[in-house]
Amino acid sequence: MSTVFIVMVGTLTAASIYMFLARDLPRVLIGFVLLGTATNLAIFAAGRVGSMMPPLVEPGARILSAEAANPLPQALILTAIVIGFGLTAFALMLVVKAYGAFATISIEEVDEAEPRPVEPQPEPLAPAFRQKQEAA
Amino acid sequence: MALLLVAPILIPLLAAALTALFWHRPEVQRPIGLAASAALLGAALMLLARTSDGAILVTQMGNWAAPFGISIVIDLFSAIMLVITGLMALAVSIYALGPASIERDRAGFQPLFHSLILGVCGSFSTGDIFNLYVWFEVMLIASFGLLVLERTREQLDGGIRYVVLNLIGTTMFLLAVGLLYGLTGTLNFADLARIAPKVENQGALAAVGMLLLVAFGAKAALFPLFNWLPAAYHTASMPVAAIFAALLTKVGVYAIIRVFTLVFAHEAGFFGPVFLAVAVATMVTGVLGAAMHYDIRKILSFHIISQIGYMLVGVALMTPLAIAGSILYIVHHIIVKANLFLLAGAIRQETGSFALKRIGGLWAIKPLLGVMFLIPALSLAGIPPLSGFWGKLVVIRSGLEAEAYWLAGIALAVGVLTLYSMIKIWNEAFWKALPEDGPSPLPWNARERLATYAPIIALGGLTITIGLLTEPFAAISIEAAESLLDRQAYIAAVLGPDAPRLAEIKP
Repeated sequence: MSTVFIVMVGTLTAASIYMFLARDLPRVLIGFVLLGTATNLAIFAAGRVGSMMPPLVEPGARILSAEAANPLPQALILTAIVIGFGLTAFALMLVVKAYGAFATISIEEVDEAEPRPVEPQPEPLAPAFRQKQEAA
Repeated sequence: MALLLVAPILIPLLAAALTALFWHRPEVQRPIGLAASAALLGAALMLLARTSDGAILVTQMGNWAAPFGISIVIDLFSAIMLVITGLMALAVSIYALGPASIERDRAGFQPLFHSLILGVCGSFSTGDIFNLYVWFEVMLIASFGLLVLERTREQLDGGIRYVVLNLIGTTMFLLAVGLLYGLTGTLNFADLARIAPKVENQGALAAVGMLLLVAFGAKAALFPLFNWLPAAYHTASMPVAAIFAALLTKVGVYAIIRVFTLVFAHEAGFFGPVFLAVAVATMVTGVLGAAMHYDIRKILSFHIISQIGYMLVGVALMTPLAIAGSILYIVHHIIVKANLFLLAGAIRQETGSFALKRIGGLWAIKPLLGVMFLIPALSLAGIPPLSGFWGKLVVIRSGLEAEAYWLAGIALAVGVLTLYSMIKIWNEAFWKALPEDGPSPLPWNARERLATYAPIIALGGLTITIGLLTEPFAAISIEAAESLLDRQAYIAAVLGPDAPRLAEIKP
C-alpha cells in the first residue's frame, strides 16, 4: 500500500516541478496545488499506511485500540489542506489582479518591480581630446 | 501564569479581530492598535523578567500532556525575541500614523499588521514544529496582504515574486515536518530533541534537516534563496517595509537556531560546515548586491541579506560565545534595520524621492535627520561605540576562537563594504548639492512629522544605549546561548522528569 503512495508522491512532485518551470502564472499555481497534494500524501504515508480501521475509541474503552489507523497524520493533513486552500485562493486573486494590471500572464514580460537597468551611454569625448583625435 | 505565556499571542489576535470589526473606521482602529502594541511590549517585558535567570516557562494548551498536545515554551531566547517584536510593533504602529495613513488604514493595514505580529509572536512562543508551521502560514498570509496593500503595478509584480517563492518554501517546510514525524513519531520540540539522536536512519534524518534548512533559509533569505527579498521589499509602503525588514527574515533565523540547536544538535559535525559556507556566501552576495544599487530601499534590502550571514555564525560554530554573538547581533540588527527603513521614509518625505541620484542637500536643511541617519548607518557598519560594533566584535571573536580565521576576515571585509554603502547614501542624500531638476518635498503636517520622527529618535537612542551600556545586553545574550545549548534542561522543562513515551510506530 505504501508503494502506491510513494509512486503517487513522486509523480505529483515531478509534475509540479514541470509546472513551476513554466513562465505563465496559472501553470505555476497549478504546480503549487500539485505540490501541496504530493506533500499531503507524503505526510499520510509517513504516518504509516496499513490499518483501515477508523480511529474511534470504542464505547467503554479509554484509549484507542492498537489496530486503529493513526489519526494524527489525518489531523495534520486536514490543517494543511485548509491552509493550502487559503494560500491558493489568495495567489489566484493576485494572478487575476496582475492580469488586469499588465494584460499578460507571462511573468517574463513583467519587470515593474525590478526594471532592467538602462544601458549607460558612452560619455561624449572631452573637447580637448576630440580636437587631438581629429588632428590625428 | 499560563495566561501570561499566551499573552503575546492573545494580544495581537484580539487587536486583529477588533480592528477588523471597525474596518471602515480608522479613527477607532488606531488607538486599539497602539494600545495592543504597547500591551504586547509590556507582556513581553514581564516574560523577559521571569526568564532572565534562565528559567524555561511552559504551558500545555488544553491541558494535554506534553508530547500529545501543543506546548507553549518560552525560554530566554524566545523572551528576547518577543520583547524586540513588541518594541518594533510599537515603533511601527506610531510611525504608521504618519503620512498617507488614511489611505493605508482604509485598505486594511491595521488588521493585517496585527495578524502579522500574531504570526511572529506565535512562532517565537511555540514548542511544537507543526504549530510553528501554522504560525509561519499566519505570518505569511498577513505579509502577502500587507505587501500589496496599495495595489500599485510595482507591488503586484513584487507581490507575485514574493508569494510564489514563499509558497514553495512553506510547502517544503510542511513536507519536512511530515517526514520528521515519520522518522520520530513526534512533533514536540523537546520530544524530538530526545528521540532524534536515537533514530536508526540518521541519513534520512539529515535529509530532513537539509529540507528544513531550505525551508527556513527561504524565509530567512539565505544564499542562494534570497531572490524574493530584493524583488519585493522595496515596493511595499514604508511602515510595511520596516516591519518586514525587522521581523520576517529574523523569524526564519530564529527557526534555524531553535531547530538546529535542539533537534539536530547531534548532527552539528555535518551541518556546521554547511552553515559556515552559507553564512559567508550570504554576507558577501548581500553586500555586493547593495553596492550596485542607487535606490535607498534597494540598498537597505540587500543589506538585510548580508547581515543574516552574521546571525548564522552561531549555529555554524555552535559555541556558547558564537550563539550569544548571533543573539546580540539579531537584537542590534532588528533595531537598526527597522530604523533605517523608517529613515528612508522620512528622507523621501523631505526630498520627494528614494532615488539617490535625484536627491541631495539634506544636511543643509535637515541636520537632525542627518544625525539620526548616521547613528543606525554607522552602527550597521560596525563603528564603535554603537551597537553594531559589539555585535560584530562578538561574532568575529567567536570565529577567531574557533580558529575560523577566514570567516573572521570575510566578516571584517563585509563590514567595510557595508560602510561603503552607507557612505554612498550619506554622500548622495545629505552631502551632495540638490540637483536642479530634483523632485519637490512631499507635503505633511506637524502631527505626521511627529509620528515619523518619534520612533526614529527612540530607536536611535536605543542603538546608542546598547552601544554604551553593552554589559547587560551581552550578559543576557550569553545566558540565552547557554540555555539554548543545554538541551536536557529544555527537555526536562517541557516533558517533566518522567516523560510519557509515545507508542512505538510499527513500520
